[in-house]
Amino acid sequence: MTTALGTRLNFQTLVQARRGGEAMMAMRRGQPPAQALRAAGVLPRLYVMVCGDTGCLARKSDKTRDALIQAMSAYGLDSDVEVMRSGCFGFCSQAPVVVTYPDGIFYCQVKPEDAEEIVTRHVLGGQPVERLLYQPDPRVRQRVARMMEMSFFKGQQRIALRNLGLIDPESIEEAIAARAYEALARVLQEMTPEQVIAEMKRSGLRGRGGAGFPTGLKWEIARNTPGDIKYVTCNADEGDPGAFMDRGILEGDPHSVLEAMAIAGYAIGSHHGFIYVRAEYPNAVRRLERAVSQATDLGLLGERILGSDFSFHVELRLGAGAYVCGEETALMASVEGKRGMPRPRPPFPSDAGLWGKPTLNNNVETYANVPPIILNGGDWYASIGTEKSKGTKVFALAGNVTNTGLVEVPMGTTLRQIVYDVGGGIPKGKKFKAAQTGGPSGGCVPAEHIDTPIDYESLAALGSIVGSGGLIIMDEDACMVDVARYYLEFTQDESCGKCPPCRIGTKRMLEILNRIVAGEGEEGDIERLESLASSIKATSLCGLGQNAPNPVLSTIRYFRDEYEAHIRHKHCPAGRCKELVEYRVNAEKCIGCTLCIRVCPSGAITGELKKPHAIDTELCAKCGSCYDVCRPKAIER
Amino acid sequence: MRFAHGEAPTWPEARKAEVEEIIARYPDSRSAVLPLLHLAQAARGWVAQEDLEAVGRILGLSTAYVDSTASFYAMYHGHPVGKYVITVCTNLSCHLAGAGKVLEALEKTLGIKPGETTRDGLITLEGTSECLAACDAGPVAQVNVEYFLRLTGAKAETLVEALRSGDTKALAGLAEHGEAAAEAVLSARVREVPAHV
Repeated sequence: MTTALGTRLNFQTLVQARRGGEAMMAMRRGQPPAQALRAAGVLPRLYVMVCGDTGCLARKSDKTRDALIQAMSAYGLDSDVEVMRSGCFGFCSQAPVVVTYPDGIFYCQVKPEDAEEIVTRHVLGGQPVERLLYQPDPRVRQRVARMMEMSFFKGQQRIALRNLGLIDPESIEEAIAARAYEALARVLQEMTPEQVIAEMKRSGLRGRGGAGFPTGLKWEIARNTPGDIKYVTCNADEGDPGAFMDRGILEGDPHSVLEAMAIAGYAIGSHHGFIYVRAEYPNAVRRLERAVSQATDLGLLGERILGSDFSFHVELRLGAGAYVCGEETALMASVEGKRGMPRPRPPFPSDAGLWGKPTLNNNVETYANVPPIILNGGDWYASIGTEKSKGTKVFALAGNVTNTGLVEVPMGTTLRQIVYDVGGGIPKGKKFKAAQTGGPSGGCVPAEHIDTPIDYESLAALGSIVGSGGLIIMDEDACMVDVARYYLEFTQDESCGKCPPCRIGTKRMLEILNRIVAGEGEEGDIERLESLASSIKATSLCGLGQNAPNPVLSTIRYFRDEYEAHIRHKHCPAGRCKELVEYRVNAEKCIGCTLCIRVCPSGAITGELKKPHAIDTELCAKCGSCYDVCRPKAIER
Repeated sequence: MRFAHGEAPTWPEARKAEVEEIIARYPDSRSAVLPLLHLAQAARGWVAQEDLEAVGRILGLSTAYVDSTASFYAMYHGHPVGKYVITVCTNLSCHLAGAGKVLEALEKTLGIKPGETTRDGLITLEGTSECLAACDAGPVAQVNVEYFLRLTGAKAETLVEALRSGDTKALAGLAEHGEAAAEAVLSARVREVPAHV
């Protein structure tokens, strides 16, 4: 929408602003009422959305967009077609992504030189450009044209991510057209704070930051705590390794978070909100700043919102590189200008939070779910998902999986559906070995449990957690001992040092794991790890320490044989642990192509053309380069 | 000592209005410690003892208190850093994608270890276990605050060459935000600290 909104909005003008953009949104969603307007020339014939988020920008989507704009101009189509920037579609492995509305055609890996063909064939000729369509299986020529028919999107239900890819995240007009601030207006006009809380409770939404505490209940406690000043905080200190859901939402739909914070403020009786966001997220910070200032200019935040009696101010607050600040009491200590160290609870922040005042803290994804719950009702949200885990969950799919990116699925979707349908399976024909859920506080789900429905209860039963949503897929080449060591190295490094079980205990565990992967493991190490883990879990002050041993316990539970191989046989079955692996040439398979000789960085391989080569184990740096390049698989380890 | 000595800071005077605006945001002025440290780092490129003293003076806190807070947070540099700070994410997703090889290549071509700065003061190398949250495009590094995704050992070497020679085009070819990022990095224009630090 090109017309900028000028002045502060009230309830009536907000409705008008939304109606003004409704047809545009309907058209992007492919809904029929827009067709008449389109025919009348009120709307452009086609919207071409070019993803402008991290993954796509990395592959120069800005150049693709420029080329598309130029091509439209060259063919005189400026008024017919609008080329725009959009938020993340989530399918980052196909970057740069271009989607056209209303026909919903999804183009993959679009380069500037493809622009002309899109114009001539698609815009003018009415046929999608076949070669740019998604090809689910490289061995099969079949391609899928429509976004909603692609398995990546078909299995998804996007509530928290509803506006990603649909709107320009820097335009509040577009956000309003996509119903931003409609829920806030409804709350202020029609609902009491108690009714808002009742709706939230009915939805069954649980905190998406990892702990899974019922959101409505949290709001109710904060409402019932007496206090003249209360605060609302948004935990945007996403830091779990493998997690980037919150960055996606902040960059793609910042207004959803601001609106939800204002609703929360109204519900609990607060007029001040703080968003604690990682300083490592410059794009998210810029988009949030812009969103706050746009919303304030239009009277959607600040004094007397929409002309009502309710005022709510939002401030951003940047972190400075401390993972533990994602723990709520540490986050508040950090805002107060202290070392970001957790403190024992109770008192909970709902009683004594920021500056000792009652404080409601929710994470980004939790907030993003609030406006749709208010608009569609708690019962609607509760109808999605499983009996105890309601709604959807966003996962950041990464690791050894074909389709990486942000995916949102109903709770109860199985891991197999996520990995194989949405994720497109494991690349290079390798086998699925395990998925790590919940980052350093979680655990792994091995192949034998791939049909487990993903919800809070099922994952807990397997010794893992839903967590914040990091989902790292590992193929047969991953060493589970190394993975566990990796997470522990992270938590050990990030331990704030306040309580001894976490500070010292994780260090001792890491030392044992370092010995094991270095081939110096001893009998009894597994039991020592288990014993340390149980003490650390029982006695640590905060969630960081209490959950730090989980990746170790969970890998011992499912891959004990790998630990034993490292300890007893000084052997790493996956060949990842450098100290335990030796590379050699199988003379029968070697065809003498000299490829390995050329890639070896340490000059450890010798041999003549067409004769078997040999590796000097003294010189070998065990980098694995030869193993990776050898076509007849003659390098063994 | 985590924070070295440097020249007297200019930001308390030069950005006085901003300093006051930041303090006014909070019911307790102590809350301004981190935002003021961000200001100090933006001005100098790193945080010196003299900055800690200035923050303490402005907020009525002891230098020791400001030091204890500042030293908790990894993003405050306590010593002069290179014009370019390369931060390589070494977390699990990037590790699985080959971050180790990227870091090795950087160490080799720069001749320094993580935490060190090249002799000419141009480049500081850092490894970080803090996830940079671009796991679908690993291995990832940031130069100052710009993202460089899907790196390899060879690309890392090209990156260093581009930084050394000041080759905007080569750098733009690697950066997430293309030319704008390359220009920002090469001019070592520390991005304007947002109003809401």
